[in-house]
Amino acid sequence: MNKSLIIFCIVVLSSFQMMGQKFFTRNGHLGFFSKTNMEDIKASNESVTYIMDLSTGEINISALQTNFQFEKALMQEHYNENYVESSKFPKAIFKGKIDDMSKVNFKMEGVYNAKVSGNLEIHGVTKPYSVDAVFKVGGGHVLAETNFKVKCADHNIKIESSLKNNIAESIDVNAKADLTELKK
Amino acid sequence: MIRIFVFCFPVLFTLLSAAQPENGEDLLSLLGDSDPIIYSSATFKSTRVINGQSIENVAGGVMDFRVSHRFGTFNSGIHKMFGLDIASMRLGLEYGLNDRVMVGLGRSNVNEEVDAFTKIKIFKQVESGPRKMPISLSYFASMVMRGTAWADPNRDNYFTSRLFYCHQLLLARKFNDQLSIQLTPTFVHRNLVETKADFHDIYAMGYGGRYKLTRRLAVNAEYFHVLGNRLPSGNTNSLSLGVDLETGGHVFQLHITNSASMNEKGFITETTGEWSKGDIQFGFNISRVFTIKEKKPPLAQ
Repeated sequence: MNKSLIIFCIVVLSSFQMMGQKFFTRNGHLGFFSKTNMEDIKASNESVTYIMDLSTGEINISALQTNFQFEKALMQEHYNENYVESSKFPKAIFKGKIDDMSKVNFKMEGVYNAKVSGNLEIHGVTKPYSVDAVFKVGGGHVLAETNFKVKCADHNIKIESSLKNNIAESIDVNAKADLTELKK
Repeated sequence: MIRIFVFCFPVLFTLLSAAQPENGEDLLSLLGDSDPIIYSSATFKSTRVINGQSIENVAGGVMDFRVSHRFGTFNSGIHKMFGLDIASMRLGLEYGLNDRVMVGLGRSNVNEEVDAFTKIKIFKQVESGPRKMPISLSYFASMVMRGTAWADPNRDNYFTSRLFYCHQLLLARKFNDQLSIQLTPTFVHRNLVETKADFHDIYAMGYGGRYKLTRRLAVNAEYFHVLGNRLPSGNTNSLSLGVDLETGGHVFQLHITNSASMNEKGFITETTGEWSKGDIQFGFNISRVFTIKEKKPPLAQ
């Protein structure tokens, strides 16, 4: 009687442990690329926070705008001062979820493709996005990656007509992160 | 024994569920990261308010080529095309060693002067974050060498007599996206002065401000007040008004001023023009930045 209760307790407790498993990183990558005939603009941020609940498939991402590094200092200043207005809107934040959790099994090594849907806030404007993501599971790591496009106009980022040829209307975004377990 | 487990289980259960919120709404807050420090940026458009230094530095690895030009005074009459026939100019090359320290070298035709300077950011205004700092502070130091022929070649003349020094503290605050104000306490030392009665050391307080009208256009004003009547009676304080126009990699600064010199000791201690008499000069600074060392954004691993 006692033994079975102990076993029951352990099973219940360990399943809770699994349920609440969170994976995260503070050194995730977020990069973007604007390509026009006039100019290529590239920027990347290597200190993006990703956190994921493996049981529910929920994903949150937070990137500090001022941490995006550009090749040219002046571009970086213009990005922060004129376009995303980092002093007013310091962070880009994504809050979303894996659509169909049956497509992934975080308890088993493998490569899983899944759609992630959620809301992305840039420049104070939140828009729904649905993107195709890849999750590579193995060795205590979850490697998450996705590519998608963001339209400047969708987030009320105004580009003056004189620079329409230099800055693309639609920006290619790459998100990539190596997540490990969050231990308390 | 059973009782103990029966008692323990709900306690453990509540503890666990409290530690791991099920809704996941605040996944990010689980990390308990504090808000990051955001520093104020672009307090001024350019490294100069008008004549004087602003709190801005060129970024690390960036070269700034500056062409500064002052025409003659408006009151010089039709034969000088109201000043447009006359030109004082300074060519400058300025470079950011890193994001905190910049150095510069300039040559102007006013008194054939060469100037060398450094500007160092000491601390930066914090816009938001766990730490508070209401202002930005920088230190500026320059040395100027005058190249003109000696006034009296028969006297014992020393090289050091050609040298001038200027030290400034730059205290600036960006009040909002539009308005920035700067105070510039200044100390100028002149190794050689014209007469025995003249002071070698001059103290001044500079006042500068900008108001941004659009993303690309700002108006600026600047005034240097020499303290304690330490300059001869013909000298005046420098007052300048101008606009900054920004286009891509260029900043055009157009202004009117009563100073001809474009280095610090010059416009602070050698200005003789008077606004009330029409000794006003039109002038411009053109700044073109070149990225010498590119900061390569690391690609995804």
